[in-house]
Amino acid sequence: MASQEILRGEPSRGSFINDPRTRSLFFQTLVVILVFASIWWIVDNVIENLRRLHIASGFDFLKSRAGFDISDTPIAYTSDASYGRALVVGLLNTIIVAAAGIVLATIVGFIVGIGRLSQNWLIRKICTVYVETFRNIPPLLVIFFWYSGVLAVLPPPRESIHLPFGSFLNQRGFYFPRAIWGDGSWLIGVALLLAIAMAWFVARRARQRQKATGQQFPVFWTSAALIVGLPVLAYLLSGMPLTFDFPKQSTFNLTGGFWIKPEFLSLLLALSFYTAAFIAEIVRAGIRGVSKGQTEAASALGLRSGPVLRLVVIPQAMRIVIPPLTSQYLNLTKNSSLAIAIGYPDLTATAGTVLNQTGQAVEGVFIMMIAYLVLSLVTSAVMNVVNARMALVER
Amino acid sequence: MKHIALGILGAAALGFTASAASAGTLDTVKQKGFIQCGVSTGLAGFSAPDDKGDWKGIDADFCRAVAAAVFGDGSKVKFTPLSAKERFTALQSGEIDILSRNTTWTSNRDSALGLDFVGVTYYDGQGFMINAKKLPGVNSALQLSGAAVCVQSGTTTELNLADYFKKNKMEYNPVVFEKLEEVNAAYDSGRCDAYTTDQSGLYGIRLTLSSPADHVVLPEIISKEPLGPAVRQGDDQWAHIARWTYFALLNAEEAGVTQANVDEMKTSTDPNIQRLLGTEPDGKYGADLGLSNDFVVNIVKAVGNYGEMFERNVGSGSPLKIARGINALWTKGGLQYGPPIR
Repeated sequence: MASQEILRGEPSRGSFINDPRTRSLFFQTLVVILVFASIWWIVDNVIENLRRLHIASGFDFLKSRAGFDISDTPIAYTSDASYGRALVVGLLNTIIVAAAGIVLATIVGFIVGIGRLSQNWLIRKICTVYVETFRNIPPLLVIFFWYSGVLAVLPPPRESIHLPFGSFLNQRGFYFPRAIWGDGSWLIGVALLLAIAMAWFVARRARQRQKATGQQFPVFWTSAALIVGLPVLAYLLSGMPLTFDFPKQSTFNLTGGFWIKPEFLSLLLALSFYTAAFIAEIVRAGIRGVSKGQTEAASALGLRSGPVLRLVVIPQAMRIVIPPLTSQYLNLTKNSSLAIAIGYPDLTATAGTVLNQTGQAVEGVFIMMIAYLVLSLVTSAVMNVVNARMALVER
Repeated sequence: MKHIALGILGAAALGFTASAASAGTLDTVKQKGFIQCGVSTGLAGFSAPDDKGDWKGIDADFCRAVAAAVFGDGSKVKFTPLSAKERFTALQSGEIDILSRNTTWTSNRDSALGLDFVGVTYYDGQGFMINAKKLPGVNSALQLSGAAVCVQSGTTTELNLADYFKKNKMEYNPVVFEKLEEVNAAYDSGRCDAYTTDQSGLYGIRLTLSSPADHVVLPEIISKEPLGPAVRQGDDQWAHIARWTYFALLNAEEAGVTQANVDEMKTSTDPNIQRLLGTEPDGKYGADLGLSNDFVVNIVKAVGNYGEMFERNVGSGSPLKIARGINALWTKGGLQYGPPIR
């Protein structure tokens, strides 16, 4: 049955050497061997050369005392902590700025993206100018713009700008009162969790009821009342255990309260406004990618423009939007390494300092590469899950 | 980002260079015809480009002295400006031949980093500078509790700062930048209350601020900072050349040999000066080092003796006006002492 064999692409006749399967196996094995041999050669050379140049190697240094201080420490850290802990502090700072940046960039990006398709001439033009400005400037310049151009020209601490609710703004950053939870405040937390659970339940029941009977239920207002009302009730019942620590003027600076440093603020603003420009374009492309017939059909059913956008266009646009959105989230995370230019202690900056204090460049760069790789892979994995859920809606 | 690129480059260089024993630095340097010298990105008095782009300062002049010893011509130097973070990788990976960049000599750097320090060209100590106009009443570093302090990352300064505030049970906010210019700009704009680095550096930096007269250097010296050039470990010949260039500068000052009188000193009958300048019959102290016998003459002709180098760059002949202090010769109560050439 020669014809069938050709169809399967596996001719069995011919010598062993000419057998495509043998050949493909041979070349694949060869490539794998070559790849591993070159990796082994490089690693061996690194070890040999480090030894020859009398440079210490290995990861033992991670346990020694770091000796330097870090300005932003999300976990307890002093100069007595280890280099390893310093690297963890840097990694956490990267995650914090990246996570906050992703949220802010997504919000701004969606607003601007939808704004570019607005019927209103002014909104449309403002959004266009925003996108064209921010996506055509290198991110480092945007960071310098916020750091040196906006935040550094604010008044010094003694002439801080007073904002409402006991907040202050000066060139050292943004200060606002910090909530101090007294005894019994756990009740408020419990109430909040309970309210969220109830809101979710109400939303589910409302959806089921609408599917079954077509009747709608004011889910938003009910949820809002629950989420605000229950914690407030718990607060009053537990005897108002909340006090505030207000920022106060001291010798050098404002002390007390919660303090956001200008390095973090400018990095966050720069990264989100820069990435938002790209997200806006992705959102616009996604909305444009939904065929016009869908909008017209929805309008023909009597839906107003708001529900058309919310119920018909955006769910379909999301399928187009999410894959490129993932790339933007990864870009934002990696761009956060530009923090080093303004002294925000992210992973790159901290690992750089560790690298320099210990002189272990190879290990330092290796740790940095692995950390960013893992961060990116985790972000991708999460976004793939979101993508899969969105794709399920497809019929 | 540059230091990362450099780190990767260094890692790559370590990965790809064949592990065969490398040729001595002296041969490599002679072959390419110049010395690649790692300096700072701009620190007045030590290494900073002037308005014509020529590198000026003690550290830059030391490289010229080594070039004069090797080539008989002090101009055969190329300078590579390096941040504090980049400096060691640059030397380790062979990008530069000598690191002459106000670098503190420490045991760790001498052992685990593959460096070999040559000597102490400047005895320094770490201090603090504040804006006296904005902070009247602060006249001691012990009053700095709660202050924001600007510091350059990857330096011994950063470590001493942490130790000092911990020892004195004071709080502070470190504001850390990688590049000197970034630290200067942040301090000048008022982002920090105090600036800390080596005292000589503070005087140099003060000159570059927008209103130098407003700033004062506080009296406390919180650390020992012996600054000196370093070479790669494992090349003894090159280390000897650098070390004896430094000693030659000191011995020339001690013997009274200056840029102006070096030619007439060559006729001196003082055996000490004859050995120093290579005019002693049958003397081959220079040749033993792998240099010419009159290498000290070339050094002094190029940059003068140590005292001249000091006064021109950081002393009375410079805007910094730093007194010799402990950097005077041992004969004048200082710490600078050159072992004899013989």
